[in-house]
Amino acid sequence: MMRFSTLLKHPADWMTGAAKGTGVVLTSRVRLARNLHREPFPGWSTKERRVGLLERVKPEVEALPEMKNGFSQELDSLTSLQKQVLVERHLISREQAARGEGSAAIVNRKQALCLMINEEDHLRMQAIRPGLALSEAYELVSSIGTQLESSLEFAFDHELGYLSACPTNLGTGMRASAMLHLPGLVLSDQIAQVLQAVGKLQLAVRGFFGEGTESLGNLFQVSNQSTLGESEETIIRRLERVIEQVVSHERNARLKLFEDDADMVFDRVGRAYGTLRHAHIIASKEALNLLSLLRLGAELEFFPPETGGTCDSLLMEIQPAHLQLHSGKKLTPEQRDAIRAEIIRTRLQSLDPPVMSERQEDEDREDPPDTIVDL
Amino acid sequence: MQCDFCEKKATVFLTQLIEGEMKKMCLCEECAEEKGVTDPAGFSLADSVLGGETATDPGDIITISDDGVPCPICGFTFNKFQQVGRLGCSECYKTFADEVGRRLKGMHKGTVHVGRVPEGLVEAHARQQRLDQLRGRLEQAIAAENYEEAAGLRDEIHEVENSVVTQP
Repeated sequence: MMRFSTLLKHPADWMTGAAKGTGVVLTSRVRLARNLHREPFPGWSTKERRVGLLERVKPEVEALPEMKNGFSQELDSLTSLQKQVLVERHLISREQAARGEGSAAIVNRKQALCLMINEEDHLRMQAIRPGLALSEAYELVSSIGTQLESSLEFAFDHELGYLSACPTNLGTGMRASAMLHLPGLVLSDQIAQVLQAVGKLQLAVRGFFGEGTESLGNLFQVSNQSTLGESEETIIRRLERVIEQVVSHERNARLKLFEDDADMVFDRVGRAYGTLRHAHIIASKEALNLLSLLRLGAELEFFPPETGGTCDSLLMEIQPAHLQLHSGKKLTPEQRDAIRAEIIRTRLQSLDPPVMSERQEDEDREDPPDTIVDL
Repeated sequence: MQCDFCEKKATVFLTQLIEGEMKKMCLCEECAEEKGVTDPAGFSLADSVLGGETATDPGDIITISDDGVPCPICGFTFNKFQQVGRLGCSECYKTFADEVGRRLKGMHKGTVHVGRVPEGLVEAHARQQRLDQLRGRLEQAIAAENYEEAAGLRDEIHEVENSVVTQP
């Protein structure tokens, strides 16, 4: 079995931006909710029954070939810091982290699959892939569901489909979502419009960090709301189509920003670079927003291509539980801000200042040289 | 911003929905710790605002009159569903079929499952959905006093009902 320290040392491909094609869509995830027939849902069950169910389900999950040499822990055997780190890595939900005896988290070696036992439902299975790859994620998680179905009797109704603790998950029990980085739409003030249009299609959009409409780091999560009345494939196809459109809007917005006001874009990215390289105290909110600009800079080829991946890793590393784990002691908010700045400075120390790539400079040269008129 | 409980600078901001009302709180690190806000294991704003004597206290939930018929499998009642928004077990969907059914309208794209079916149930599922569809059409035919069509549908229903489902 994989140890917690091993899991920490080897972040998944989708966490570090190591995979290609993650420019606008960072990750795709699909989760399925399943419950055992006639067994009280975790929220209405007794501790004894939850433990009994866990003992029945956990070995089945661990025995899956996909989960070989994976990470498998009962929640009461993890410290609250360890749970928080798993939440910050999006391997378990906040709700699951609040649970103890009778609940477990099982993550496969590659951290592409994570299963939670006794969360809101008896079983929550999730697959995560880098980039826009919802179908791939669905195939992965669906195969896990099929394999478990041969040994566990899942609650299923001919009319309502897979039965879940909350009626909002009935039917397919599937929630598919993608994390999008949309600085172009935010900087050009088009984001509200685009999000509103997406919302009308029975899809939910929310800021990835922060609550409600607030979004930090220009990161947004788009997911399906309806789970009943459409097949998994239909839901995923519609979601993918909508996301592809948002991606193309984002790319156009970036192009347009650059055409209209290259100096402004370069200035924003340059200032972000300056602050991140030299700050000694930085709050989480500021760091997330500046890292977003740095990431945008990498996409516009102001920085070497691997800079985007560095930003993605930092998004994870600068969160509170990760900071605490890094420093090995409890931290005050002031100490957190100082350590956050230190980690960012260290990670970016060999990053050269932004340069406009040749292609972009060429485009600039085509303009009449009216800048020297003032001399 | 100042902490709601002492003079220190607030660094923890909490928003909770209590009985449909949005409550906001600003706390400093120490008060947050003391109140258990940083502990994900269930902090309730209502407890600290209202002194712990609210409906979120489990002792109180039990005393709320609960006169609905309980689920025969798990003992859950529909009143509890109205409080927590979740059901007790899979059988509750049968026990409270009407009440849940009413709430499902508008929640999803449809009200009948389309999509994956457990492997062992594929045939039974197809049969059940066919029967539901035929019964719906039969009701319509009777309502429209179209008895010829109704008779045909009735025969078709019998046929499907008598067909043998082969389980793998």
